[in-house]
Amino acid sequence: MKAENVSKRYLTPVILILLLALLIALPWFTRPYMVVLLKTILMFTILSLSWALFSGTTGYTSLATAAFYGVGLYTAAKLGNVLPVPLMVLCGGLFSFILAAAIGAITLRLKGIYFAIFTLSTVELIKNVMHWYEINVAGVRGHRILHVSDATVFYYLLGITVLLLLVTYLIKRSKYGLALSSIGSCEEAAAHIGVNVITLKVFTFALSSFFVGLAGAIMATSINYIDAYIAFDLNYSFFPTLMAIFGGMGNLFGPVIGAVVFSYLREILITRFPYAYMFIFGLVMVLTILYLPNGLVGLYQTIRLKLKQANNKKEKTLGGKHASTSS
Amino acid sequence: MIAIINTLINGLLLGGIYAVTAVGLSLQYGVARILNIGHGEYIMVGAFITWMLHTTTGINPLLCLVVVGPVLFVIGYLVQRFLFKTLKDRSPSPAAFEGSSMLLAFGTLFIIQSLAIFIWGRNVEGYSYMAYSVYLGPLRFSANRLVILIFAILICILFYLFLAHTRIGKAIRASSQDPEAASLMGVKINRMLAICFALGAMMAGFAGMLISLAYPINTTMGMQYTIIAIIVVVLGGLGSILGSLIGGFLLGIFGAIVSNFEPGLTLAAYYLLFMVLLLVKPSGIFGR
Repeated sequence: MKAENVSKRYLTPVILILLLALLIALPWFTRPYMVVLLKTILMFTILSLSWALFSGTTGYTSLATAAFYGVGLYTAAKLGNVLPVPLMVLCGGLFSFILAAAIGAITLRLKGIYFAIFTLSTVELIKNVMHWYEINVAGVRGHRILHVSDATVFYYLLGITVLLLLVTYLIKRSKYGLALSSIGSCEEAAAHIGVNVITLKVFTFALSSFFVGLAGAIMATSINYIDAYIAFDLNYSFFPTLMAIFGGMGNLFGPVIGAVVFSYLREILITRFPYAYMFIFGLVMVLTILYLPNGLVGLYQTIRLKLKQANNKKEKTLGGKHASTSS
Repeated sequence: MIAIINTLINGLLLGGIYAVTAVGLSLQYGVARILNIGHGEYIMVGAFITWMLHTTTGINPLLCLVVVGPVLFVIGYLVQRFLFKTLKDRSPSPAAFEGSSMLLAFGTLFIIQSLAIFIWGRNVEGYSYMAYSVYLGPLRFSANRLVILIFAILICILFYLFLAHTRIGKAIRASSQDPEAASLMGVKINRMLAICFALGAMMAGFAGMLISLAYPINTTMGMQYTIIAIIVVVLGGLGSILGSLIGGFLLGIFGAIVSNFEPGLTLAAYYLLFMVLLLVKPSGIFGR
């Protein structure tokens, strides 16, 4: 019995480490296309995880992911030729952090859909001002960016993903995570029991955006050309939101699963049937929100619970004879 | 002086479209509690149906009203009946419904847009209708935009009269003020909600028809008009029909003033105005 518990406890970490090792080794023996595909998958994984870290736990639907991603892209465009790559990526994260802290600080009073439409218009505001600035003041539209090899970008993204997973895991286990989910359940009650609601919200929002900025800055090095309309594309806000909801946010890996499924689907459909992709995307979104409010993870948990109940019933009818062996 | 009057008139011409755009959204939010992010897609569908009918059969685009209205009413009715109604039944609380209905609206946005791209393609389309100038003393404006303004005002007045004086209109207003009391008084709430959403879609279709008269259209134009509609609705107070009418004209005039100085920054100025308004007075200028 004890041995079983121990093996169960170590099973997940061992699988994760093996998976990580496999991913690290992957660029050495697969086709280059595989690395490109994995890059997209990891990028969306980071975006979805970071969305789930703030919006999933606190219940504030943020649609500003595109703004932070765009800030990362632009940081790479402006500083890519000046700074070494690691420093440039870090700057992308920091600028996103600062922007998110500023947005968080001024939107403290906004709740529910007001917060959502405010963050949505933030993206549009930045896009339009940037576009106008480039045409009328700077006189150049768009930038070419220093190119970094696919494998390097892949390792950066892998590192960011692992870091973000660790941070999310640690936050969820700490009292800080408990305080966050108490904001999600009932903000007034949370404030009354002594949770510093304001600081917590702003800091988590900024922290989650930090990772989006990192991802944007490193992803920029594999895009040849960016301008305001490419960088601040609202789809970078919509996709991670759906991916996280589709995967389910009750579990650390829900958003990861959602991101993997959808980025893969996107890769195979978008080149040949771009409209079919949008259609499927919309359809899945509608079905998920209607019938799977807790995502795939929620579905899995419900099924497991039902199986367990069915098992228990069976055991009862058998008089508990096979209780220890049936599982 | 003439420049000022010109700007004002330009603002009014623009504001007419904004008002029609926003009235539907306001009704959908005010009564059905759905912030329909996909509102612009219904506008786009209305615009494309008008364009298709006009270019293939050559009938007057203004007459397309007769087709656009019912078609979008039916689409809106079905969307509410099969999607939002289901969501409402499954939502634990009204607040939860408001949040997830917005996400559901995103889903419908993608579905409608992809179907529209499938049918009509991605190109920028348009036709010319009454593309000549009208002179009023020293003032000059294009005839089609004047027609748009007249029709916009007419549509809004008719819509307002419909809400204020008909039986259904009264039932809709009752449902928006107090759903429970209304249902006790014998108003079929679920039917009213579906009719509200359908009417909102119909108004969006009319807005699309008006837009197609003077502006180029394409299948991805929806989002832009959705955001303008949201701005107008918040400006006039979420859920207030008269507020969004006035808000539409105010935003139009604001836009005309800004584009007088710097045309490239009009949209940015809208967003800025909107965000400041959300922070300072989220209930809107005419909000309760």
